[in-house]
Amino acid sequence: MRPFTYARAATEDEAVAACTDGAAYLGGGTNLVDLMRLGVAEPARLVDVAHLGHDRIERRADGGLRIGAAVTNGDLAADRTVRAEFPLLAQAVLAGASGQIRNLATVGGNLLQRTRCAYFQDVTKPCNKREPGSGCPAREGEHRNLAILGHSAGCVATHPSDMAVALAALDAEVRVRGREGTRTIPFGDLHRLPGTAPERDTCLEPGDLITAVEVPPLRMPSRFRKARERASFAFALVSIAAALRTDVPGGTVTDVRIALGGVAHRPWRARRAEERLRGARASGEAFLRAAEAELEAAEPLRDNGYKVPLARNLIVRTLSGLVAP
Amino acid sequence: MPRIRVEVDGSSYEDDVEPRLLLVHYLRDRLGKVGTPVGCDTTNCGACTVLMDGLSVKSCSVLAVQADGREVTTVEGLRAGHPMQRAFHEEHALQCGYCTPGMIMASIDLLRENADPSEDEIRDGLEGNLCRCTGYQNIVRAVRRAATEMRRPASEEVTS
Ligand SMILES: Cc1cc2nc3c(=O)[nH]c(=O)nc-3n(C[C@H](O)[C@H](O)[C@H](O)COP(=O)(O)OP(=O)(O)OC[C@H]3O[C@@H](n4cnc5c(N)ncnc54)[C@H](O)[C@@H]3O)c2cc1C
Ligand code: SF4
Ligand code: FES
Ligand code: FES
Repeated sequence: MRPFTYARAATEDEAVAACTDGAAYLGGGTNLVDLMRLGVAEPARLVDVAHLGHDRIERRADGGLRIGAAVTNGDLAADRTVRAEFPLLAQAVLAGASGQIRNLATVGGNLLQRTRCAYFQDVTKPCNKREPGSGCPAREGEHRNLAILGHSAGCVATHPSDMAVALAALDAEVRVRGREGTRTIPFGDLHRLPGTAPERDTCLEPGDLITAVEVPPLRMPSRFRKARERASFAFALVSIAAALRTDVPGGTVTDVRIALGGVAHRPWRARRAEERLRGARASGEAFLRAAEAELEAAEPLRDNGYKVPLARNLIVRTLSGLVAP
Repeated sequence: MPRIRVEVDGSSYEDDVEPRLLLVHYLRDRLGKVGTPVGCDTTNCGACTVLMDGLSVKSCSVLAVQADGREVTTVEGLRAGHPMQRAFHEEHALQCGYCTPGMIMASIDLLRENADPSEDEIRDGLEGNLCRCTGYQNIVRAVRRAATEMRRPASEEVTS
């Protein structure tokens, strides 16, 4: 590992002031320290932001939650309110990594973890995300686990977070403290599609510190599911976070949220499928048509065409389970 | 160089460390606690698992500076004849033994959350620990046995 300096910030002000160019925030370190060991990340300074008092989950006046950025993945998944009222969020967090990693990993760090594309993690290989302009060997190479939606000529990576998929379905917002003050970013605007700048995963600017995630109340049945190569301890091939409400059991869909993971450079909110379903009768047939409408836009690569039927079936099965649990 | 103060296996240490020093290397090279092995370089295998403030973590992905002010327990800090250690021995839950310290520490954390885990819950709870030798069957059995034993004192208190 390249030498670097370390500062433990005690306040937001201190953290943002210390995060000058070339510095990086340190949450639990479960992704960043790995990337530093691999030589993929080489920050000159780490600003530890695990001790800013952002480690609480608070109830909002509207019944939603404000989740501090330093809440650990383990504490989030164990929280009673989260389990009872936002089961898709608890399920998503528990589907990720392992106990030891969840004990350290923070909410902020989870959102900003980098892709698991093998070329990105191997400094001997070209990669536009790691080294802009060097090329994308994954497009013609190993891409079984990579994107089918929204990719570009420059990058076909996927975002690895399970938790982010649930937050996308929850219409969450991200509170950010930057050099210019604080702002709130709708969750769907946080992560980017790669386009011509795959080196940028998100819309955040240097120095931006995530302080909390705001989650509005859900009040409908929800579920997270993840298809992976092994039963445990593997990143998603495709995952889904969904919530659905009907006027009467088996009746008309009054509200629906669908987000997919493992298919794109960001959590993929399936707006087209949602539009089809709103006002429609909740049936397997309607779920299938909605899934197909969403996946019409898919552009699978040579070796990841399997993700299209996998995503379709996950959508149909998950929604069906929500109407007849 | 930052100065850290950590409590490891019941003793306090105060040391100047380079920020890039990993906790596992601090434990092994500085404190001589070589009971905690390193088995991979990408936070995958779990061999290096220790408890930090009672929660299991992979010490190969934690910087020593992150442990400042915390309490660390390694496999060497378990009291002699700890039920988990004994159960691993008695159920033949190890062959080469490389994964064992991490398995034991992760299993202890697992029982903290769930004192009576089913076989599936044990497999799930130990998903971050890889073993190349045993096929896991005996490890699961050892954790079940230790769980039974570790629950015992509490239930005896209730009945007496
Ligand atoms: C073996 C293994 C398996 C895994 N499996 C899964 C899985 O199946 N699903 C899954 O979703 N994840 C998985 N993960 C990833 C894991 O969830 C992430 O490593 C973790 O969530 C990152 O959180 P952290 O706090 O440790 O982040 P860090 O490593 O500390 O930071 C990650 C990034 O976020 C930045 N950052 C951290 N906090 C802030 C903040 N408050 N504001 C701004 N920037 C910040 C850092 O600068 C860095 O760029 C796995 C990890 C490992 C090692
Ligand atoms: S897919 Fe993206 S991350 Fe992977 S090699 Fe191509 S540019 Fe790099
Ligand atoms: S040595 Fe493999 S996870 Fe730490
Ligand atoms: S006993 Fe050899 S790796 Fe588990």
